[in-house]
Amino acid sequence: MPDPTATRSRPPLWRDARALRVAFQVAVLAAVVGLVSYLFDNLRANDVELDFGFLDQQSGFPIAYTDHGPSDTVRDAVLTGLRNTLTVAVLGIVLTLILGTLLGIARLSDNWLVRRAAGAYVEIFRNVPPLLVIIFVNSLALATLPPIEEADEYLGLLVVSVAEIGVVAPRADGNGWAYAALLLAAVAAAVVLGRWRARIEERTGAPARRWLWSGGLIVVAAVGGYAALSAPVVLSRPEVEGLSITGGARMGLPFVATLVGLVLYTSSHVCEIVRGSIMAVPRGQTEAAGAIGLSSGQRLRHVVLPQAFRIATPPIINQCLNLTKNTSLGVAVAFAELMGVTNTVIGNGHPAIPAILVAMGLYLVVSLVVSLVANVVNHRLRLVER
Amino acid sequence: MTAIDPLSGALAEPLAPPEPEPPVRDLTPRQWVRANLFSSPWNAALTVVSGLLVAWVVYRLARWVFVTADWEVVRVNLRLFMVGRFPDDQLWRLWVAGYIVAVTVGVALGATSVAMRPVADGGDTRAPAGDRRSLGRRVVGALHRFWPAVLAVVVILGFCQTWPPVVGTIGLVVAGVAAGMLGTRVPRRLRPWTWALVAAGLIAALQVTIAGEGGVGWDEWGGLHLAVAATVAGIALAFPLGLLLALGRRSSLPAIRLVSVGYIEAFRAVPLVTLLFLGGFMVGFLFPNTVEPPSFLVRAVIAITVFEAAYIAEIVRGGLQAVPHGQVEAAQAVGLSPVKVMRLVVLPQALRAVIPAMVGQFISLFKDTSLLTIIGFFELLEVANIVTQQPAFQGQGLRPVTLTFVGLIYWAGCSTMSRESQRLERRLGVGER
Repeated sequence: MPDPTATRSRPPLWRDARALRVAFQVAVLAAVVGLVSYLFDNLRANDVELDFGFLDQQSGFPIAYTDHGPSDTVRDAVLTGLRNTLTVAVLGIVLTLILGTLLGIARLSDNWLVRRAAGAYVEIFRNVPPLLVIIFVNSLALATLPPIEEADEYLGLLVVSVAEIGVVAPRADGNGWAYAALLLAAVAAAVVLGRWRARIEERTGAPARRWLWSGGLIVVAAVGGYAALSAPVVLSRPEVEGLSITGGARMGLPFVATLVGLVLYTSSHVCEIVRGSIMAVPRGQTEAAGAIGLSSGQRLRHVVLPQAFRIATPPIINQCLNLTKNTSLGVAVAFAELMGVTNTVIGNGHPAIPAILVAMGLYLVVSLVVSLVANVVNHRLRLVER
Repeated sequence: MTAIDPLSGALAEPLAPPEPEPPVRDLTPRQWVRANLFSSPWNAALTVVSGLLVAWVVYRLARWVFVTADWEVVRVNLRLFMVGRFPDDQLWRLWVAGYIVAVTVGVALGATSVAMRPVADGGDTRAPAGDRRSLGRRVVGALHRFWPAVLAVVVILGFCQTWPPVVGTIGLVVAGVAAGMLGTRVPRRLRPWTWALVAAGLIAALQVTIAGEGGVGWDEWGGLHLAVAATVAGIALAFPLGLLLALGRRSSLPAIRLVSVGYIEAFRAVPLVTLLFLGGFMVGFLFPNTVEPPSFLVRAVIAITVFEAAYIAEIVRGGLQAVPHGQVEAAQAVGLSPVKVMRLVVLPQALRAVIPAMVGQFISLFKDTSLLTIIGFFELLEVANIVTQQPAFQGQGLRPVTLTFVGLIYWAGCSTMSRESQRLERRLGVGER
């Protein structure tokens, strides 16, 4: 039987929690929409159109070390900048992870000197702005490196001058693409092979040497393919020719300064993450592994590192994202990454606000893609607790 | 119900006493070297190789700092590094402002440090007079604790060519320490208000600097002064916004959650540089045409605030998640309204837990103020650049020298704060409970 007082006991509208909830949400949404539309009205009132047509106009400037010339479109310039950003980000992340891991292990070394040296590195680079590191590397190079005519050469592998820097690099020759496809196929086959051997190991309990099998397959494919395709890849050595470097991978000083600065800065953070993650693995795990007779190397490889890796993954991904965003600091040393190109585009008289919005949109996409991939990886790595 | 201290919180829960240190065996130097440097052939090889490398780096660095580098450019331009182009005859304003800030912050830190004292050390009371360490030991302890800052101050004062700044700085430190001691005597009831005192002090310092005839508006600020001012303004303005966003993200109202998540994720995904550029071009359009558009520094600070708020929101969210749900339920059970549950129970605990992370954010913002250089402010890095183009120092490759000096300032500030935050983290036992 319905309560006859139900209608009467309902609170007035201004005290009804449900009504208030709806009203509050509507108010906040209205405020946000109002702010944005006010902004757009104001932009229009001041004759600032959010018109992206400038992307199809000529950019009017070349970008060093790329195909982009003055007669290409602004769109092409921005995409070239994005490619430079991604190049620095990928190279930087790889180098940072290597350097940071080595430093992290060094910080946990039994050796006092190694431990303290790594500690001093971290203490210095973690506590200065990344921009300062980049500018410092750049100006130190400008002040000390020799001009291109007197470039330093190291074993024909590395040529260093203040104008540009060349590194020895593999270059595809003729059958290069076929060779790359072969290597890719070999890696895929090695993964399948490794799975198969692992299953055998689980079934029989006898060691199945899956690393030997997979690694062997890759080596055989690499060597056999190299011979069969008649040297598809050659090492291209950098050489000074006149006022520039030919051969190898050529890099301008701004690129190198940005890359080195970011790696120096970010690796100090990665080092601390690696150290903290290894220390975060409970002591009992190591002791238990020791109790069942594992050697110190086995303890590290089978017990400590797999767990430390899981702890370290989310913060390291965060650092990778930071490094990617920090590539925008290259603008300070005139490196033509996304923000640098955008800055030049604006300087050439193209509309500023749309240009920056395009750059922000691209950064947003890059960051979101990286976080998405990271989240998937993190989810798959997650330890399933009891 | 007693007043709730926003920092010390309503947590009556005793902090766990620190674990006793394992007994240390005293080693003779010989034994120490054997154990730490030459315990195995591999270790010995490592020592030799890394020793040579370290020796080479230290030698090159020391030779550069003490022999090769010409520090004259820093000595001559020291004032530019510190306060930019602040007019000579108005410098007293900065000194007064500095003293106001030192005293108010000192009082607040003193009061907070008593509130944070672990129970094992006698808890939330002043240590009895008998236990006090002697003055000498306390000075040595402070030097050890703050050595990066002390080093930087000594180097900066070493570059001074006149005495007044030296005397003024020493006075500043003394005033700060004295205020800190005074702060430990603030009655418990008044402790939360010491942070209101800091806010008042900052406003007063700002007024002293800009108000009246000859006042220097913030558009003419520069150097270290600008970096510190931008950092403080950024955090102070971003904190309320970040708090709201964090609460919004945890809200049960879908629209509020959507707006908050969108804001946080969008602004965390783009670099600050893009926001600074965008702010420079766009903030003006947030104001009606009848109003004078805000100055470039205001636009930059707005961009920094918008950016920082997203990060602070995530930090505060972490703290909110760390508060056990039972606390909320218990607060509801005693009949507190939702607002009071948040204000009296959840936030004090959440904010207390995130203090170390907030200090970390403060450090990263201090580092990020260097980006102001890119959009043309007279910031430390810009000073380091410009002074090398003066006729007397042009074309001598002096930028590494000036940048090293600027780096020392940044390093000292960040390093001191991060050491303090680690200390605080240990004291609060964050992550241990």
